[in-house]
Amino acid sequence: MRGSHVIGEAAARAGCRFYAGYPITPQNELTEYMAGSMARLEDGTFIQAESELAAINMVIGASMAGSRAMTSSSSPGISLKQEGISFLAAQELPAVIVNIMRGGPGLGNIAPTQGDYFQATRGGGHGDYRTIVLAPSSGQELADLTPMAFEYADKYRTPVLILGDGMIGQMMEPVIFSDPIDLRELPPRPWKLDGAKGRPSRFIRSLLLDTSQEEDLNWKLARKYDSIIREVAGAEAYLASDARLIVIAYGTAARIARGAVKRVREMGLKVGLFRPVTLWPFPKRALMKMSRHVKEFLVFEMNTGQMVEDVRLSLEGRGNVHFYGRPGGVISTPEEISNVINRLYYRQYLEEE
Amino acid sequence: MLKKVFQRPGYLKKAAFHYCPGCGHSIVHRLVAEVIEELGVGEKVIGVSPAGCAVLAYYYFDVDIGEAPHGRGTAVATGIKRSLPDRIVFSYQGDGDIAAIGTAETIHTANRGENITVIFINNGIYGMTGGQMAPTTVLGQNSTTTPGGRDMIRDGYPLDLSEMLAITRGSVYIERTSVSSPKNIRRTKRAITKAFKVQIAGLGFSLVEILSPCPVNWKMSPVDAVKWIDESMVKTFPLKVIKDEIAKEI
Repeated sequence: MRGSHVIGEAAARAGCRFYAGYPITPQNELTEYMAGSMARLEDGTFIQAESELAAINMVIGASMAGSRAMTSSSSPGISLKQEGISFLAAQELPAVIVNIMRGGPGLGNIAPTQGDYFQATRGGGHGDYRTIVLAPSSGQELADLTPMAFEYADKYRTPVLILGDGMIGQMMEPVIFSDPIDLRELPPRPWKLDGAKGRPSRFIRSLLLDTSQEEDLNWKLARKYDSIIREVAGAEAYLASDARLIVIAYGTAARIARGAVKRVREMGLKVGLFRPVTLWPFPKRALMKMSRHVKEFLVFEMNTGQMVEDVRLSLEGRGNVHFYGRPGGVISTPEEISNVINRLYYRQYLEEE
Repeated sequence: MLKKVFQRPGYLKKAAFHYCPGCGHSIVHRLVAEVIEELGVGEKVIGVSPAGCAVLAYYYFDVDIGEAPHGRGTAVATGIKRSLPDRIVFSYQGDGDIAAIGTAETIHTANRGENITVIFINNGIYGMTGGQMAPTTVLGQNSTTTPGGRDMIRDGYPLDLSEMLAITRGSVYIERTSVSSPKNIRRTKRAITKAFKVQIAGLGFSLVEILSPCPVNWKMSPVDAVKWIDESMVKTFPLKVIKDEIAKEI
């Protein structure tokens, strides 16, 4: 099944009942899939919005009304949605936003890149907030992480981003889905707006003119983000236990890096892979642990160097951090990356004990 | 025994309005609350408040209210209504919100025929930010960004948003009223009642544009402000039923 369709099917099974989106390549297959899947559900709503702004704001409304809601886009469209994502964070509304990244800045191109890492992991819009960012690297992981995105969004009442790229979105792989959930079994949403019947009226807002109230909200969000950092951060390690060099990559770059690691292992090089599954929170603790027995790290990204900053911040000087990147939508081959690994490995004398 | 002929509507909270002296918002808030009560839909109503003077509407309306980003009221209302089709959803927006930064959302919501009601306050100025030119500032009208008056060469014309919305196929009822006199206030209440009834009957998009005084930013006394609506503002924005496709009485 195609990656974009996997997200759509997994979302519907996870109880998504509201989708609004706007056409932009390379994620149109997801919007199209949602048009069909929402129509097949009795209580599903699909709206092709007039703009990215309208789409994210429709999601705000649907979330206020208690629906599991999702929108998706690609890089320039995600920039347009940032105002709404900031409101979702401030109003503590759950929602899932999918970014199938393309080349940038500006209109860029439609080839897969990882140029939006900063935007995704630093909040992206205005104000002091973060969003959970999940970075799947296979079809099966799309099927597994999409329901997690809805779970996290509900649990923490916060927007969750699924960060993919044109490659993940277009790639076809066999997947196994979990069974559709029963919406009635979801925990109640005692904050939603559904009409004040038999209860006092409620409101959901983000305007806090009183600075002490705004400060309280900011600290409340900060405490929430602290628990997300403790409870959600995740990564996968591959051939890492005896490694002398660790390649760090996520998403599509991690798939390429995995192939490269396999190649250099066959040549006898002790190289492993560390793949962050959550980009925010960054899996700092797991990486720190790894630095006890590895000193050389090679970060590979499909950009000019963004996640490498989080790697340096996480390691706090415990190890040498190297970087290799290909921006602009250029897709490296495992061979290219294995050559980079090879050069670095011998340059750092890692073959010597 | 005296008969009680006037009281605070049940769906207004016991809070003092923050609005400036002579502002029309408090009158319209009262009218909307009265209509909600009279139609018996208070427990089903979900309102959407804008960015602008009426952002604090959730302090006054005793119904569920969600705050929308600037201009996005009708998109947020769409999301709510589509999720809960049997609820009564209204968005309350000022002219800068609905006719400048939110023009696209408004036109497309009307054109989709979303079954929601919009209360559109036209006071010809950006009130909350201190009196800048609005899309509805009339030619010659002073504002902090049109010193010497709005000039069509420099600033362009005021936007007839309601007339624009009326040509969309999805809109069914659009009326322009004012709160410049007791008579006009009663007319406004009738229009708001009809707009909500349109929604209750599931007929489609309804909107009431209300010319409303902003004495502070117009730099007029409240009395002069309502006089200015009646004598000047209505020349650009005539009070009338702009569209009514309701076949029978509802």
